[in-house]
Order: sequence, then C-alpha cells, then structure tokens
Amino acid sequence: MLLITCPWCGPRDETEYHYGGQAHVPYPENPEDLSDAQWAEYVFYRDNPKGPFAERWLHGIGCRRWFNVLRDTVTYEVLAAYRLDEPRPELPPAGGDR
Amino acid sequence: MTAEPLPEHPDFLWRNPEPRSSYDVVIVGAGGHGLATAYYLAENHGITNVAVLEKGWLAGGNMARNTTIIRSNYLWDESAAIYEHALKLWERLPAELDYDFLFSQRGVLNLAHTLQDVREGVRRVGANRLNGVDAEWLEPEEVAKVCPILNVSPRTRYPVLGGTFQPRAGIAKHDHVAWALARRADALGVDLIQGCEVTGFLKDGDRVTGVETNRGRILAGRVGLAAAGHSGVLARLAGFRLPVQSHPLQALVSELHEPVHPTVVMSNHVHVYVSQAHKGELVMGAGVDAYNGYGQRGSFHVIEQQMAAAVELFPVFARAHVLRTWGGIVDVTPDASPVIGTTPVENLYVNCGWGTGGFKATPAAGWTFAHTIATGAPHPLNAPFALDRFTTGALIDEHGAAAVAH
Ligand SMILES: Cc1cc2nc3c(=O)[nH]c(=O)nc-3n(C[C@H](O)[C@H](O)[C@H](O)COP(=O)(O)OP(=O)(O)OC[C@H]3O[C@@H](n4cnc5c(N)ncnc54)[C@H](O)[C@@H]3O)c2cc1C
Ligand SMILES: [Zn+2]
Repeated sequence: MLLITCPWCGPRDETEYHYGGQAHVPYPENPEDLSDAQWAEYVFYRDNPKGPFAERWLHGIGCRRWFNVLRDTVTYEVLAAYRLDEPRPELPPAGGDR
Repeated sequence: MTAEPLPEHPDFLWRNPEPRSSYDVVIVGAGGHGLATAYYLAENHGITNVAVLEKGWLAGGNMARNTTIIRSNYLWDESAAIYEHALKLWERLPAELDYDFLFSQRGVLNLAHTLQDVREGVRRVGANRLNGVDAEWLEPEEVAKVCPILNVSPRTRYPVLGGTFQPRAGIAKHDHVAWALARRADALGVDLIQGCEVTGFLKDGDRVTGVETNRGRILAGRVGLAAAGHSGVLARLAGFRLPVQSHPLQALVSELHEPVHPTVVMSNHVHVYVSQAHKGELVMGAGVDAYNGYGQRGSFHVIEQQMAAAVELFPVFARAHVLRTWGGIVDVTPDASPVIGTTPVENLYVNCGWGTGGFKATPAAGWTFAHTIATGAPHPLNAPFALDRFTTGALIDEHGAAAVAH
C-alpha cells in the first residue's frame, strides 16, 4: 500500500485517497477550434511513462481536496506531493538512491 | 468431478535460434498473442520468415500470470463477434495443435447482487443469444445447483439475486497453451527469440524498416506489437501515442484442495472471480490497482477486499490459505476494448489494450492480427477495434457491459 502525504493532512494510507490520473492536463483554451484528432488527444490520450509521473489524487476520506503527486511508476516511490497551484517540482537527477 | 491428469511437459519445445539480420515480419512480445499471431501468419497466410522477439522468457508476462478464464458473454456486437470467434477456435485448437492444454468448458457464472445487476445480466443474456452466444439466466436456486458451495442465502451482505451462465465458457492451462502455439509456430519455421528486448525502431520517414534490440538491429518488412502492458512504452519509442494506461492486476492461489468448485464464478459487485485449477488450487483475481504502474506487484488492500468477498460467497474457503500472490501489468483503454490494427507508422501494426481480459481472446487476437499484418488491412472482426475509433467516437464501450467491472 502506498503512503501518500496530503499537503494539508500529512501522510495517510493509499486507501484514504482516490486516483485521478495524469496531472497538468489543461482544458483546451479554444475548444471551438479543436479538430476531432485534437479532441481525441484531450479526452482519451494520457501519458503512460515508465518512471516519474505527475498524477492527481483526491483525499476523499480526509480533507476532500485534490492535489498532485510525483510518483515513480516502476518503484512506486512517492517522490513529491504538491498543491494544484504549485508547479511540478524538479527532480534530483536520476540514479543514486532516488 | 475427478481431477484430470496434467499433460506431460513437452520434450520437443522449440529451437532457440540466433536472431537473423532480417525477417519478413517481426512480432514484438512472445505472450499468447504474439505466439498465436506467428502461428496464424504461418498457418493461414503462409508467411514463415517470421521472428517473435521476447525480452524475457517465452510467455512469462501476462500469459503466465492470468486466471485463465475464457468466455464470450460480452454485450456489444463487435465484442461478442471477436470473443465468440476465439471461443470457437479454442474448441478446435487442442486437436489442431495436437496438444491437450486442458481446455475445460466448465461454464462461467456471473453473479448479480443488485436489482441493476439483475437487469444488466438479463439484458446481456438476451444480447448474447441474438449473437449466437450460449447464455442463460439463472435464479438463485439454479445458481446453487451449478455451484453448490456458493452461499445463496438471502442473509448475506450482498445476497446472490441470480446470475448469468455461459456453459461453453471455462478455463485452460495457460502455460501449455503458449507451449502448444510455440511448438507449432517453431515447426512451421518461425524463429522464437527469447532474451531479446526491442529498444527502438528503425524508420525510413514514416515507415518502419526494423527494430533495435539488445542483440543488435533486425530488419523487418513489417512489425507487429503484441507487448500487452508495455505497448505504450513501445509506441512512444516508435513515435506515436496509444490511448492506454498500464495498471497492475493481481491474482492469487490457495494450496491444493479436493475438487470442490465445479465451475467459474465471477462477481462484479463484490469483485472477485474464482475457479479451481486442474491440480486443485483455488485461483482468484480481483480488480486492477487504481494507479498506473509497471511494478508487477499490486496493493495488499485489493487482496484483502477480494478475500473478504470470496469468503462471504464461499464460506468453505475460510480455512484455505493463500499460497502465492503475483501481479501482471495490463494495458487499459478508455472504452475497455482492445486496439488491433494499423498505426500512424506505415508497416507497424499494434495489438494492445486487452486490459484484464485478453487471455480468452488469444486465438482470435492472433487470427485477426495475422490477417492485418499479412494483408495490410483489418479482418472484418478487428476492423471496429481500430485506433481511429477514439477520433471518430465509434467506441465499443464495454465498461460495465463486459460482465466484469474493470
Ligand atoms: C492477474 C491477471 C489475471 C488475468 N486474468 C485473465 C482471465 O482470467 N481471462 C482473460 O481473458 N484474461 C486475463 N488476464 C489478461 C490477459 O493475461 C492479457 O490480456 C493477455 O495475456 C495479453 O496478451 P499477451 O498474452 O500477449 O500478453 P503478455 O503475455 O504479457 O505478452 C507480452 C510480452 O511482451 C514482452 N515485451 C514487452 N516489451 C517488450 C520489448 N520491448 N521487447 C520484447 N518483448 C517485450 C513481455 O515480456 C511479454 O512477454 C489477466 C491478466 C492478469 C495480469
Ligand atoms: Zn487531506
């Protein structure tokens, strides 16, 4: 089970949270200008990296707020947790004991 | 019911050739789908200058990790057609491959625990019958006749209100299926190359001309991806995106027991599926982990929930022990249906997105993918499963319709 640190409530078990998929996917600025292919990208296509991934989590059984988590999809290590109004944190260079 | 003897291990297996510098077709991934594709390329299309490249060992991915449930009781016409084609192929494959992989048509029960489940199940039975798929609706007492150890008492937390039953559904020994396909593909001239990881693609403009591997470059007229949970990674290397997300899915087995469980039972609502393997283990699976992952292990709370559900449905399981748990990485699409067809890269084809349910499709996935690779165009059975359905909106939304909740 993952241990995830809610920016407001602190470390809690994964079961308190709800997963929300990839973070930083902005709503299209000019939706009326999008082609069908661009709509498909926005609605159905998400990154699926092997390694660090910025994703959204909801603290459903706690403060009920959404926030972002940077997590490694191979090791499952939670690298950072940050508020929606904060930028994606820089990661220390790969390797070592990260 | 008596335990059937297991087939002998094959002593002939397959050659382990060195990769040649070029092939007409290179298939990436020696899971069931890659092997079936190679077999049908040779058998149906006479294309035998084929290599199947596998980064690990043959069929050590999801093919070795799944709970082996085979059924075709899907709701939508496109799905019913391809899964039923697979079931018909399963029925003839042991004779065709001359290999008894213990395909056991013991039936699959999909339980209903809510009024909405009941309505969904009855609707699906109707849809199945219209599509020529065997299906019955069973009341709780009939469910208990099919599977006497199932608790159909109205006093459980989620009482069994009935269930759909597909008598022709069942299970098969997955390793033996892979070996049967591998042996025959090898005999037809296909090179099965293990320990060979595809790390990049050779391209001439928008056309693929080969693959980079940890064992050197291999040129190819056509390349087919059958890499299950790693399809997204490979697509990115080839320069395009797939609408798939990779999730860990777990299963577990108990120690061996006398034959007690005569069929396969699946429950969406409490989310567990159970069968008893030929040797006697109780084999169980549940849902995927919510998050993306490539770690081939899953969350313990998922196991806890599936065990709670299993013990309530099958009180006799309370004293069984979990012997082993493991995970596989499945590639899930937004409409819970696979993608089989062409890609934005010419001569590069993809078979992916089978998510949690692709074992049952193995022969049909191979059949249609081989057709697509051989002819450059989809077979009528996989035409609806093209990548462009995400752009046209012609989705095949099997979420909640496929008799499984993931
Ligand atoms: C726990 C679990 C239970 C399941 N239960 C069922 C079930 O009951 N019924 C059902 O129908 N389905 C089930 N499934 C789903 C089913 O296993 C998959 O949909 C199906 O196996 C996918 O096709 P495949 O067999 O080719 O995949 P795999 O066997 O995963 O084959 C893909 C292969 O590609 C290889 N590969 C990946 N990347 C590369 C690379 N770069 N270079 C070379 N090789 C590469 C992998 O090593 C792997 O061997 C289950 C899956 C899991 C994990
Ligand atoms: Zn919180």
